[in-house]
Amino acid sequence: MRGTMGEVKHLSVSAIKNGTVIDHIPAGSLFSVINILGLEAITTQITFGTNLESKKFGKKGIIKVSDIYFTEQEINKIALVAPAARLNIIRDYEVVEKHQLTIPDEIEGIVKCFNPACVTNHEPIRTRFRIISKKPLRLKCHYCEKITDEEHLTII
Amino acid sequence: MSSLKNKSLVSINDYTPEEIEFVLEAAARFEQSPPAGLLSDKVVAALFFEPSTRTRLSFESAVKRMGGRIIGFADAGSSSVTKGESLKDTILTVSNYSDLIVMRHSLEGSARYASEVSPVPIINAGDGANQHPTQTLLDLYSIRKTQGTLDGLNIFLVGDLKYGRTVHSLLIALSNYNTTFNFISPVELRMPDEYKMILERKGLKYYEHDDFTDIISRADIVYMTRVQRERFSDPLEYEKVKNIYVLRNEMLENTKDNLRILHPLPRVNEIESDVDNNPKAYYFEQALNGVFVRQAIIAAILGKI
Repeated sequence: MRGTMGEVKHLSVSAIKNGTVIDHIPAGSLFSVINILGLEAITTQITFGTNLESKKFGKKGIIKVSDIYFTEQEINKIALVAPAARLNIIRDYEVVEKHQLTIPDEIEGIVKCFNPACVTNHEPIRTRFRIISKKPLRLKCHYCEKITDEEHLTII
Repeated sequence: MSSLKNKSLVSINDYTPEEIEFVLEAAARFEQSPPAGLLSDKVVAALFFEPSTRTRLSFESAVKRMGGRIIGFADAGSSSVTKGESLKDTILTVSNYSDLIVMRHSLEGSARYASEVSPVPIINAGDGANQHPTQTLLDLYSIRKTQGTLDGLNIFLVGDLKYGRTVHSLLIALSNYNTTFNFISPVELRMPDEYKMILERKGLKYYEHDDFTDIISRADIVYMTRVQRERFSDPLEYEKVKNIYVLRNEMLENTKDNLRILHPLPRVNEIESDVDNNPKAYYFEQALNGVFVRQAIIAAILGKI
């Protein structure tokens, strides 16, 4: 834990007292994560950086949100675009919890079905998918049974 | 069979091999001795948001020959859908008036959704290009009736194997038996990989061909489907292949005695009319079998068998 914290503190994004740090975001997905989490509507302090050096990814993004702790559903949303991201809960400058994000086996109400003829795109229905493959990402619609892949993925 | 009682039939995957066997057995009994009066206390709703004369009449005949009553509409234009009513509201309302809802809808997944909101069971009579499980069950019934078994058959699927809903569901159902498949289609309309993978996982053999004139002598069942012009991005491609996937009577010389030709109907020109009088043509009997199979499904769901 100490090693990881040391690494975070060396980044050119300042530490936060309380809140959430989302680390190891693929550099190209940073702005997707910001959109998915609706960070533009948050009024507390947010800092983020991208194209930061990472031993694991080459380049990565990081987001630090003060005084906000996300729900499991919000975390799931991130896992779809940044499956290797790590979530650190910070209290009084210390990492008190770490979550390795994992894509769940089933997701509800997060992704839009890519099939224009799917009933979920015409009636007020909460979408449901079963994850049939995590890499590459392939989601099978519970309703129309069609498969939405990474290329056609739209977050609701 | 208690496991089928009050259970919706949305996709062929909803039924276990044992449940499929039960339905086929019951259909055979009904064919031998018609179950008149079995549904005398039941009302079935047939909601055809999308018109389908053949399927609707087959269901109506099945219900009426069992003494049941049937209510509903034959197209969405004569229903409250035109006033903007949601599918959920239509289903909830009609469920008050009936013991079972048979529905066809152009939206894919609509029957699954209906089965989740409806207090009465749903039979999917086709949801867009997705599922049409009673067609699959009547296909299985027709194959078993003409071949005496579902095991170890050489099945030829011909025509549009890419978009054809019936051939996909039939493939899934027959993959539970020791089936050999021959896929005959234009390159543009080949069987999708996801279905071939199902067969590979189960260790079943399949072969792909552009033409079937030379190999038809091996077939136990030839299942014909229509190759539609609008499926081709290049009209010239369609013109090149359109006559390859037409079955003509002379092609049936030197074929197996037990060979039967199936087609989900309606046929347009993919089976020439001179085939109709050949004893190996089976598509009209296949349509009749649909009544027995639908009777068996309805009777099982309503707890009558």
